Amino acid sequence: MSFIANTQEQQKKMLSEIGLSMDGLFSDIPKELIAKKFNLPSGMSEFEVRNRLAELAGKNHIDLTCFLGGGFYDHFIPAAVYAITGRSEFYTAYTPYQPEISQGTLQAIFEYQSLICRLTEMQTSNASLYDGGTALYEAMMMALRITGRNKILIDDSVNPIYRVMIHSYTKNLSIALEETKNEQGLINRKALLEKLDDNTAAIIVQNPNFFGCVDDFTDMAEAAHKKGALLIVSCYPISLGILKTPGAMGADIVTGEGQSLGLPMSFGGPYLGFMATKKDYVRKMPGRIVGRTKDKQGRTGFVLTLQAREQHIRRDKATSNICSNEALCALTALVYSSLLGKEGLKQTAQLCADKASYALQRMTSIKGVKSRFEVKWFFNEFVLELPANAAEIAGKLIEKGFAAGFPLSRYYQGMENSLLIAVTEKRTKQQIGMLAEALEAVL
Amino acid sequence: MVPENLLYTKDHEWTQIQGDVAIIGIDDYAQHSLGEITFIELPAVKKKLNVHDTIAAVESSKAASDVYSPFAGEIIEVNEELSSRPELINQDCYKSGWICKIKISNPDTRHLMNSAQYEEYLKTI
Repeated sequence: MSFIANTQEQQKKMLSEIGLSMDGLFSDIPKELIAKKFNLPSGMSEFEVRNRLAELAGKNHIDLTCFLGGGFYDHFIPAAVYAITGRSEFYTAYTPYQPEISQGTLQAIFEYQSLICRLTEMQTSNASLYDGGTALYEAMMMALRITGRNKILIDDSVNPIYRVMIHSYTKNLSIALEETKNEQGLINRKALLEKLDDNTAAIIVQNPNFFGCVDDFTDMAEAAHKKGALLIVSCYPISLGILKTPGAMGADIVTGEGQSLGLPMSFGGPYLGFMATKKDYVRKMPGRIVGRTKDKQGRTGFVLTLQAREQHIRRDKATSNICSNEALCALTALVYSSLLGKEGLKQTAQLCADKASYALQRMTSIKGVKSRFEVKWFFNEFVLELPANAAEIAGKLIEKGFAAGFPLSRYYQGMENSLLIAVTEKRTKQQIGMLAEALEAVL
Repeated sequence: MVPENLLYTKDHEWTQIQGDVAIIGIDDYAQHSLGEITFIELPAVKKKLNVHDTIAAVESSKAASDVYSPFAGEIIEVNEELSSRPELINQDCYKSGWICKIKISNPDTRHLMNSAQYEEYLKTI
């Protein structure tokens, strides 16, 4: 079957009708951009395609013991999550375009929003965004709208993947984006406070930050508010089982990556961005919002609310035009969290922290291996300073069956020997011991 | 029914000039087209404006629409009552439903329509 539906005969007829040759039709495309030939081998049968794909998939190291984190974490996902979210009734990535007819979908989103509010201790949440990075970008744009200012401060202890996204989104906008360099693994308070002025829309921080370090930003919220600026906190939802919440710190907008709530780690997603804010700012928040109401007969029902902010009404002046939600992923987060419950989430978070604490102790007992920062508090991730190049060591450890961690040199100058290691509740004492032995062997 | 003592824009704002202050609102045509108004985003006092800058956003149950400034100048007062009672725009758009007052930097009104001209204009749309 040809990809182009019309025949050569038909093409000739159409071209003669408009008086052009095929080359003439494409004359607007610069010569160097026109492909001379395509490497398209002849088609395969279904059986052959399956074999080919299986062969390619076989190249993945799927059996590595995972100590990789950096924003995405290897948590246990109960089978019941798939059993519920796998129901075909839920199979749409979007909120439906005739939303109120889909009461089940709206109820699920409403409950997801309630979950995010309870987790973050914020007043209101939207129906979700693409991922943690776009959510943070949207939070930044929201702060600019709320304050009418154009300067943003961000510390480099915020996930570098998010910062890259923010830089590319804002490159051609008139936004003064100023980055501060972390101070011993924590935000650079001095530099941030120095830069904070009457034109600052928001300070962006992360907890736990990219190095796994845990902070309390209450002072930063106060400082920001004094200057009429906002505090945006990106956070890791599992950690909120035991850590002080962004809401309790006085954050104005809270975002994060929801992958850790029941979504598998996969290259490219689909992932889940969440966003919560104070009630005062709800009209400036992007994305859809589901509200609970009563119908004429007094029965509870769910609706999309505050839609005037959105693109189908507001067009180019909408709060955002790239904020379609991730309904199925949001549902997954809801189901996962409901299955864990309040105590379960707390236990999971505590297990992560305890095991990471043990892992740091075990790794730093190896000769020449140190903790990169003098960490007071950390959650489930820490930075090791190795006596050799971290990327090379990580490469060698793959051969030994470990995804040992994230070499920080990729995003941080002067951290060539630094390896970011994440430990979840899934890792056993034995696995941590085996990683330590393997590390010792390759050093 | 278009009040005679006011001036109008093509975007359906009305204005009344008192000395160097202009009171701004949206007219009956606009409030009727928008339907039941549920929220208005008011401007900040002291905000500086050029002609046709956005001064407010009016949301109804079926639409959202910006309100544009007929003058250059500075916002000196906003109708705070609209925050809690946006329906005043539906009920009484020319009086208690006023939106803001602008201290105008140029008293020229040639770009605006009087009530007769505006009535003619309404027939064309």
